[in-house]
Amino acid sequence: MNHTQPLILGIESSCDETGVGLVRGTTLLTNTVSSSMEEHIRFGGVIPEIASRAHLDAFVPTLQQALVDAGVSLDDVDAFAVTSGPGLAGALMVGVSAAKALALATGKPLYAINHLVAHVGVALLDESIAAVNDDGGLPENLGALLVSGGHTEILRVRSIASGVELLGATIDDAAGEAFDKVARLLGLHYPGGPAIDRLAKEGNAKAIRFPRGLTMPKYMGTPEAPGPHRYDFSFSGLKTAVARCVEGYEARGEDIPVADIAASFQEAVLDVITAKAVLACKEQGITTLLLGGGVAANSRLRVLAQQRCAAAGIMLLVPKMSLCTDNGAMVAALGAQLVMNGVVPSELSFAPDSSMPVTSISL
Amino acid sequence: MRILTIDTSAIASAAVLDFDPLDLVRTTELVANFATDDTRSHAEVLAPGVKSLFTDPVVEGPALDAIVVGTGPGPFTGLRSGIAMARTLSFTWAVPLYGMMSLDALAQQVFDTPARRDGRAVGPLAMNDFVVATDARRKEVYWAKYNAGAHLIDGPHVGPAEEIFGVQVFGAGAGLYQDVLESNGCSVHPTFAHAQPTAFELARAAARRIAGAGSLEAAGFLQSTPLYLRESDAKVPGPRKRAL
Ligand SMILES: [Zn+2]
Repeated sequence: MNHTQPLILGIESSCDETGVGLVRGTTLLTNTVSSSMEEHIRFGGVIPEIASRAHLDAFVPTLQQALVDAGVSLDDVDAFAVTSGPGLAGALMVGVSAAKALALATGKPLYAINHLVAHVGVALLDESIAAVNDDGGLPENLGALLVSGGHTEILRVRSIASGVELLGATIDDAAGEAFDKVARLLGLHYPGGPAIDRLAKEGNAKAIRFPRGLTMPKYMGTPEAPGPHRYDFSFSGLKTAVARCVEGYEARGEDIPVADIAASFQEAVLDVITAKAVLACKEQGITTLLLGGGVAANSRLRVLAQQRCAAAGIMLLVPKMSLCTDNGAMVAALGAQLVMNGVVPSELSFAPDSSMPVTSISL
Repeated sequence: MRILTIDTSAIASAAVLDFDPLDLVRTTELVANFATDDTRSHAEVLAPGVKSLFTDPVVEGPALDAIVVGTGPGPFTGLRSGIAMARTLSFTWAVPLYGMMSLDALAQQVFDTPARRDGRAVGPLAMNDFVVATDARRKEVYWAKYNAGAHLIDGPHVGPAEEIFGVQVFGAGAGLYQDVLESNGCSVHPTFAHAQPTAFELARAAARRIAGAGSLEAAGFLQSTPLYLRESDAKVPGPRKRAL
């Protein structure tokens, strides 16, 4: 196998995107994604069984397309990589079964990799953000803020192949999930993120003061004596507060100021996310922060993160959107790093782990 | 002719069967076989199990004449693991893929098992139409009705065992609801009370079908589309209740 510029085929199926990506070393060859998002619209959120059914039907066509787009054949591939968690159990199972079939049919190694760490590894593929050092690795003192419909985390990345640590995470809903639920309360369509982002531009973000979850002193503590949730998030209380607010207007027979509510809700989510991420960076010596996950598309998040990082002397990296949302290229990018670092491949007997911790970069 | 079969509708199993369709009885040889005892370890055991059927899958896989996958009905996540595996092997090895209802495997096994009296075979186990049933969870069974020649005549269905009347019922679904079935005038055969569809029996059923039709193409196999029989549980949310 080529260990300096390995050709890796990556497979992603942890949520509603069936992704197959091909990467050579840190060079992106193709990033082919088939999404079942349309099928979830009428439900107002991702339905796991529908996503799993869609993965099964999309996998081989997506694989075929990716190989054509990259102009390579399975014979050329050095190793396979697949998301083994965290994610929806039934959805993960489809990608994992298919990836195992590829490995056993070709006799090539397979890496069962962590989805969250792959969101970090994808930065290596985006030339425009220059995340790659002279020695081909990621910047020193790197952190990551991952915000999507399925997860919300702050990570510290000591080494992409061997040392990733969870600094904080949501203790209930993911941020993107909160956007979807509030969008429904406001009569907006799924996915809620883009709908609220758009509507919020017409509203006043200071109109309503919604609660910032886990920001009270008893949760935050001090730098010397951190509280139990210093870098953690919670969005379920905020969602309830929005519901109460909407009901209040209805009970009084008043028009609901949807744009103001959207703007104020969005500000409450993004204020706490960016404040805690920057706090974590400052206290943990992180000097470069990478943004990832589908909510990275939110225009207000980009502005707020940029402002606060700049004020704190932190370099913010935002990969292009096609690399921020779930995709197979990020899985391949991390797989390539594991091969280049001589990490041992996974056994064919691994099981997907829907709550795989970030400390487990591969199985 | 050499085929690989995979079935994950209940247990996880896979088999390689070699046969000459013109002389099934004398030529059929089970090359290799793998099956689990439980119905919950597909994720871990299926790929190593399939690999274990070959000395070198990279060489032997592309030489197969066909892959036949059990398309259920069965619990969704496990069922998909086998179909995802079969579809990807078919693509990678460029071997044609066919689907077969998993319950056909049990029907084949019933058809092949003689009734015994005092240790001697005394004719077929099922003289008339019979039903095979597997566990569909949620207090229901997946079931289908076959004639004495093991040809499908009704189904597949999913529903409570109460819906099955007056026939012999075979399979783990029968064992689970023996009392209900017996009060409906059904009989449950003890040696089949825990039987699950297996890739080995599926392979034998496939071989019989190919031999009967004269070729793989004419055998009337299904596509590899899963037989879910149930919708996803998703409900379109109703309008939000307004205050007041
Ligand atoms: Zn993600």
